[in-house]
Amino acid sequence: MKQKLDYLDQLENEAIYILREVAGQFEKPALLFSGGKDSICLVHLALKAFRPGKFPFPLVHVDTGHNFPEALQYRDNLVKEIGENLIVRKVEDTIKAKKLQDAKGKFPSRNALQTYTLLDVIEEFEFDACIGGARRDEEKARAKERIFSVRDEFGQWDPKKQRPELWNIYNGKINKGENVRVFPISNWTELDVWNYIKREKIELPNIYFTHERECVVTESGQLMANSEYLKLDGSDVLTTKKVRYRTVGDMTCTAAVESEAYTIEDIINEIKEAKISERGATRMDDKISEAAMEDRKKSGYF
Amino acid sequence: MDLLRFFTAGNVDDGKSTLIGRLLFDSKSISTDIIETLTKQSKTKGIDTDIDLALLTDGLRAEREQGITIDVAYKYFTTPKRKFIIADTPGHIQYTRNMFTGASNANLAIILIDARNGITEQTKRHTILSAILGIPHLVVCINKMDLVNFSEEVYNNILLDFNAFAKPLQLKDISFIPVSALAGDNVVSKSDKMNWYAGKPLLEFLETVEVKENEQNNAARFQVQYVIRPQTTELHDYRGYAGKVFSGSYSVGDKVIVLPANIETEISKIEKHQQEVETAFENEPVVIHLKDDVDISRGSSIVKVNELPKLDKEVEATLCWMDNAPFVPGQKVLFQQNSFVTKGIIKEISKKIDIHSFENIESDGTLKLNDIAKVIIKTADNITYDNYKTNRNTGSFILVNENTNNTVAAGTIG
Repeated sequence: MKQKLDYLDQLENEAIYILREVAGQFEKPALLFSGGKDSICLVHLALKAFRPGKFPFPLVHVDTGHNFPEALQYRDNLVKEIGENLIVRKVEDTIKAKKLQDAKGKFPSRNALQTYTLLDVIEEFEFDACIGGARRDEEKARAKERIFSVRDEFGQWDPKKQRPELWNIYNGKINKGENVRVFPISNWTELDVWNYIKREKIELPNIYFTHERECVVTESGQLMANSEYLKLDGSDVLTTKKVRYRTVGDMTCTAAVESEAYTIEDIINEIKEAKISERGATRMDDKISEAAMEDRKKSGYF
Repeated sequence: MDLLRFFTAGNVDDGKSTLIGRLLFDSKSISTDIIETLTKQSKTKGIDTDIDLALLTDGLRAEREQGITIDVAYKYFTTPKRKFIIADTPGHIQYTRNMFTGASNANLAIILIDARNGITEQTKRHTILSAILGIPHLVVCINKMDLVNFSEEVYNNILLDFNAFAKPLQLKDISFIPVSALAGDNVVSKSDKMNWYAGKPLLEFLETVEVKENEQNNAARFQVQYVIRPQTTELHDYRGYAGKVFSGSYSVGDKVIVLPANIETEISKIEKHQQEVETAFENEPVVIHLKDDVDISRGSSIVKVNELPKLDKEVEATLCWMDNAPFVPGQKVLFQQNSFVTKGIIKEISKKIDIHSFENIESDGTLKLNDIAKVIIKTADNITYDNYKTNRNTGSFILVNENTNNTVAAGTIG
């Protein structure tokens, strides 16, 4: 017997199937949780996949120290509510322990530095699979990555050595020291995520909705929230704008967009009309070069 | 709104990436910042036409440098009628395994033919691979019609050639559309230069084609992915089998058999997202509870007593070899069919298939990268399966090298 399935059901079914494959195939998986909408959706999907049992993995947050306080608050509330384990490792500690050079400049982004902390936490707990909320529509190198993406012991992605991945069959076999990055919502777009959040009535950190914020305008015209992490000088002008965030990364590399969107419906309408892509509008880290994401992935980024 | 997954195959020169770029561009699925980046890149590459749409899908540095597609790129777009997932796959024979990856989940294939060249080796290869994978719909786009003066005669000749070639493949559903991807004729809107063509432009075709699942039979198939056992005081005896209904449906009270253990029992409860439901339908992820406390683990199948699948330690299959290292006779492999894994060995390579003519060639006992062959596989444990033609989920498998852990082959049973 068949039922006509909505596309959101199909995407949800696929994601739950992938999460259960992780649980079935790996000894020590982890779910990378950033406090952003994509990883919040992953937690929601994991509840559907494993309740009434506990998650067969902890949540892992790589804390850059440049987080939005609202996202941290949300994270702690969520973990308490669902009663799952949370492991937090701080980039600050990695910088000290490994004597790394901290990020510089006016907007000192620790985006690249978090790879060190991520690889350390994988080694510390011997994680063999890390579930992430990356989507193929975000970026063209991500559009090429498998759902089960095998990384060598240095965490590196080798696009030329990707395993064939066919049907519903996911090969998670690895040697000791290697790990697999798993992306259950690979096939979701930004709009799919919002439609799903709306349908499932998922609560989000309030910075996704419009609010007043003191911002500085960058040379390329992006709005960066003023915070203690920015190194502003006399030439910078601060203005207060009505903004919201399309992605929630670090305060130092995630730009806000001007918005009047109070509700999820408002956001969905805004995205439908938006002419700028999600990462294009908000991420400074991708602007460095055409292959910025590919290069970061090759060195262990998720 | 429903979902259509399709794949495109073809050479760069056939204009495959351009066609996808055109679908995304004309359906307004590309953001302005990405168009800006592309315009910049197209100019640096010395391309005069507005923008090089192929740069949209070639996401890796090596691909942009060489101007070829090496691996599958997934692209997404939505119209008011449908959501689409495109697997843009390489055309070159060297990357056949990547084409297989992109095509395996597709419900529709777009085969591109350059109107100036007609059917090529590559057209044949892609059509034959689509037939092996049992893709339900095939759309043949005859591209670059602008370069043959939009000639109906050229189109008709290619159509005749194609039908003659494809006849032995027994494809279920083939359609033909004359297009010019570069200029946009018959891609999103109907071309005024080819009034002799009465059919739909490509996008409208994609929006309206009925999404046929491959499965012909509705026999109920379910494999256990993971056993949920909370082991808390309140849920001390809870034991639920989590998995996806591959086909058919299951209801509370159904008499079932657990395979390969061959234990008969009854479904006592079905949960979907923690809600009890009476029936679980195709594609739904559910948790099934059984009346008797039997020993079931990951990879076990739960089937209905009156709809039994096949059960055997030896299967005949069509295999595509995907590893750079050739097959070593006697080599032990892992046989993986969804969540079921057992040891196996390729017992016999009966014959090879010429992927340009679909003719059988005598086997020389070797299997090299991208070879397609009829084989007999022997496994350590009983496999619960159906023929691929009747069930894409329970009729497909991969072979994994125990030493390197690589996926070395993909196969379809029957």
